[in-house]
Amino acid sequence: MLKARHRVGLVFFPAYDWAIHPQHPEREERLLYTQDQILEEGLFDVEGILELKPDPVVLADIQRVHFCVPDPWQVATESHFISAGGAKTVGMAVCEHRVDRGFALVRPPGHHAMRVVHGSRGFCAINIEAIMIEFLRRKYGIRRVAVVDTDCHHGDGTQDIYWHDPDTLFISLHQDGRTLYPGSGFPDELGGPNAFGTTLNIPLPPHTAEDGFLHALRSVVRPVLDEFQPELVVNSAGQDNHYTDPITNMNFSARGYAQLTEELGADIAVLEGGYAIEGALPYVNVGILLAMAGLDYRHVREPDYERHQIRQTAAVTEAVHRVCDLVLSCWQKRDKLREQVLARENAYRRRRRIFYDTDGFTETQLEEVTPCERCGGALRIDSTTDRGAHILAVHIPHRACPACRDRGLAWFDEASPKRFDRIVLQDGPADRYAVKAREAAGGAKGPSTHG
Amino acid sequence: MIIGLDVGGTHTDVVLLEQSGLLRQAKIPTDPADLFRSLFAALEAVTAGVPPERIRRIVLSTTLTTNAVIQGNTPPVGLIVSAGPGIDPEAFRMGEAYVCVRGSIDHRGREIEPLDEAEVRRAADRFRREGIRQVGIVGKFSVRNPAHELAIRERLGDGFDGVFLGHRVSGRLNFARRIATTYLNAAVDPLHRSFFEAVRASLAEKGLHLPLRLLKADGGNMRLEASLECPIQTVLSGPAASVMGAVAAAAGEGDAVVMDIGGTTTDLAVLIGPAPVLNPHGITIGAYRTLIRSLETLSIGTGGDSAVRVEDGRLAVGPDRRGPAMVFGGAHPTPTDAMAALGMLPHPARERACEGLRPLAARLGLDLDAFARAVVDTACRQMLAAADRLVEAINAQPVYTVHELKEGYRVRPRAILVLGGPAPYFAAALRAFTPLAVRVVPRWEVANAIGAALARTTCEVEFFADTERRIACAPAENFQEAIAPPYGLKDATARALALLRVKALARGANPDFLEMEVVEAQEFHMIRGFHTTGKNLRVRVQVKPGLIHGYDALLAHLSAPADPLPPRAAGEALPPC
Repeated sequence: MLKARHRVGLVFFPAYDWAIHPQHPEREERLLYTQDQILEEGLFDVEGILELKPDPVVLADIQRVHFCVPDPWQVATESHFISAGGAKTVGMAVCEHRVDRGFALVRPPGHHAMRVVHGSRGFCAINIEAIMIEFLRRKYGIRRVAVVDTDCHHGDGTQDIYWHDPDTLFISLHQDGRTLYPGSGFPDELGGPNAFGTTLNIPLPPHTAEDGFLHALRSVVRPVLDEFQPELVVNSAGQDNHYTDPITNMNFSARGYAQLTEELGADIAVLEGGYAIEGALPYVNVGILLAMAGLDYRHVREPDYERHQIRQTAAVTEAVHRVCDLVLSCWQKRDKLREQVLARENAYRRRRRIFYDTDGFTETQLEEVTPCERCGGALRIDSTTDRGAHILAVHIPHRACPACRDRGLAWFDEASPKRFDRIVLQDGPADRYAVKAREAAGGAKGPSTHG
Repeated sequence: MIIGLDVGGTHTDVVLLEQSGLLRQAKIPTDPADLFRSLFAALEAVTAGVPPERIRRIVLSTTLTTNAVIQGNTPPVGLIVSAGPGIDPEAFRMGEAYVCVRGSIDHRGREIEPLDEAEVRRAADRFRREGIRQVGIVGKFSVRNPAHELAIRERLGDGFDGVFLGHRVSGRLNFARRIATTYLNAAVDPLHRSFFEAVRASLAEKGLHLPLRLLKADGGNMRLEASLECPIQTVLSGPAASVMGAVAAAAGEGDAVVMDIGGTTTDLAVLIGPAPVLNPHGITIGAYRTLIRSLETLSIGTGGDSAVRVEDGRLAVGPDRRGPAMVFGGAHPTPTDAMAALGMLPHPARERACEGLRPLAARLGLDLDAFARAVVDTACRQMLAAADRLVEAINAQPVYTVHELKEGYRVRPRAILVLGGPAPYFAAALRAFTPLAVRVVPRWEVANAIGAALARTTCEVEFFADTERRIACAPAENFQEAIAPPYGLKDATARALALLRVKALARGANPDFLEMEVVEAQEFHMIRGFHTTGKNLRVRVQVKPGLIHGYDALLAHLSAPADPLPPRAAGEALPPC
């Protein structure tokens, strides 16, 4: 009988009775063949691979990370609570040392969900990794975390949530945003002024194959991780960079992903995208699971895998090397680059437009962060949508310094319900979520606490 | 009249029943070197003077195949496997003659790489040269498409006594378990065949010409003829027999934990109403994980004869046994001795028990009574903790739909049903530690034989349809048909139930009281591009373990507090039927 070298806690939740809609890539069928492959390979029987039942997250877990408008029940369904719960369950098993590593093979995904959520984006409603991470931080006192997002699409949601957090390193490898949704994730996106350099983006050209992904891992990701010294490494393991994926243009393979998994050495992997449900997902997930367990994955192979047909061209290789050099040098010069950024006017303010592709509307955000050397700073977000919603969201990080916390609380207290539909506060140090809402009659309602 | 007989490791228990009551029972020691003799001695004890034509059913449970597997007393088996990519099949090797041939089938049942027939012929030649007579053939995903296994059997040629195919063993996925199960099937086949042929012949000599039934690990029975195809299903039938004996005592409302307290171990199982909970994966026997349907059980090293020790100032009960209780002539104190010392268990050799316990009590600074109490309490706590663990494990089993996660059944036991030698004494002790109702299974000493007698015929069918490939199949039932639209879940379910009926009847089920249930019926739309290309349908149907129809009066008698029908001595005349 096979014995894993690293004990892996696995949550497998294919949500066979849920879909965004019946013909959507995020449908009931998505993980069916993956289950068949994992069962037939006998992976649930491997000594050291432990299958866990997901424990759904609760409202407070979501409110710790997101401002859902009007509330989580309007933007997410039970399956989202379970999917996030799957990540939380493996995270807890890892932090309690019941296992060495965790893999949440769950759907639906989450990495396009930002801090403010007015609806779904890119098949995501809530950010399952961020919800897990913030829960683990509160419960186990973890501080420094790295999220490495290897999904084919830029993890713009996770980037947004951790933009101002100096304790969270976010690295995304993805198909160049000039060629693919969501159109962002360029090397100059390096993080907010208080967390500059803790966001890194490595856009890869279309048709990048095994060599390119592994080069990016070895030349940028690993050196940066070694310097950052995170306590926990989370891999957003989207599998849509596979050569058979129907909505992207990369040429990764199951064995390549297994090798990336082994070399990255993440503590926790979470499934994100990946919609080649017959030709990729069954093999990639077997590869990832074997690699996480420290077992031999060399014989994992897709039925139609022909290495020579998916090798990248010299031009692609050159482009990959160029962008990796650029990103690495940005990391190395981050302090100097930060000075330049701070010297600009309005260094601590941002105005952004965010497109919600599922329902076709746009959000406009005016964001302000308190300048701070000691913490990530308090955030004030004025968010409107072209459907008429208008909220003020105040986020005080868990480790906010007293000055930034006071500023955040003042923002919340001073904001008038006449101007906004609701004013919402995430008071990190108290792990508290508070809402001031305009009553139907037009008067102001006092603060109320949920969760 | 019906006979239930369980040849166990220590004892062979047998009962003769009819609808009105328990007529005879017997318990004789098993001779591990001669199961055949033990079986016939027990049979003789209950049939002496009974006209053979009055007996219409015999159900046998033995440790024959279990012993063969655990002791490795089996002939060599040649295995030919074809795997294709994935985990190296070498990791699943069973035995010396294990050959992996080129060829592979994918998760949809499509051929990816054709079979290398030359390699198959070479393997067959090698097996013949080495004198191997038993062969197993297993392919990855053969339960989606058995073509390669069938082709390998074709190319095998002559010269083998038993050839077993993986897809016939079970319809479930798990290549490694399929290999182990097929191997074990081939391995126990000659012994099983010869033993039961001898039994059948001897019974015929005594005028008993009825079809024999064998008990399986899932608490159901099957006719002997049906067992020849998959003899490994008879492993570990003993514990299942006991659980079915407890079903006979279950009041039928709510959930219950069954505790079979033996000398060395206590074996636990769970009932949901009258139905025992099944293990979702398949039974583990020794080091082998299989696809054999079985009950979900837990075994702990706490029993009537568990060794009692005091080590590092702490009391330990089990997990080992160092001989029988001191009151029965053993040399080391046991929980049975503690109960004798306390007067819970009346025994003339009580003083021996006290002598054995006193020195241990002194080490903990306790008087004899307090120490004996502590021993019994510790044993009880260990048993109850195991019950909690088992229930928790069942409730923590992963589910894959939102509905099941939210609404899935949670086992909440309301009673503990105790059987086994020391059952009444332990039941009294357990009551102090649990709010659950603790009941002794009536006729606990032969509950296993009663369970065997009354167990109904069980089986399951896994059915699979793929409307894009236009195939519906249940390879384990040797069934495949071409399908055409409109084919949907109703059609698949109807066909699955039809196959189940045929299978159940072939195994000996009563057609008038066949309870079939649909365990799972799922329909997935296959979308490629943005078009629906077909439906992927999966149906699992079963006859689940339970008791045969028509014996309610008997069960009522068994459960009645007073015993209106004392067991008859051998040779005493029986009333007319």
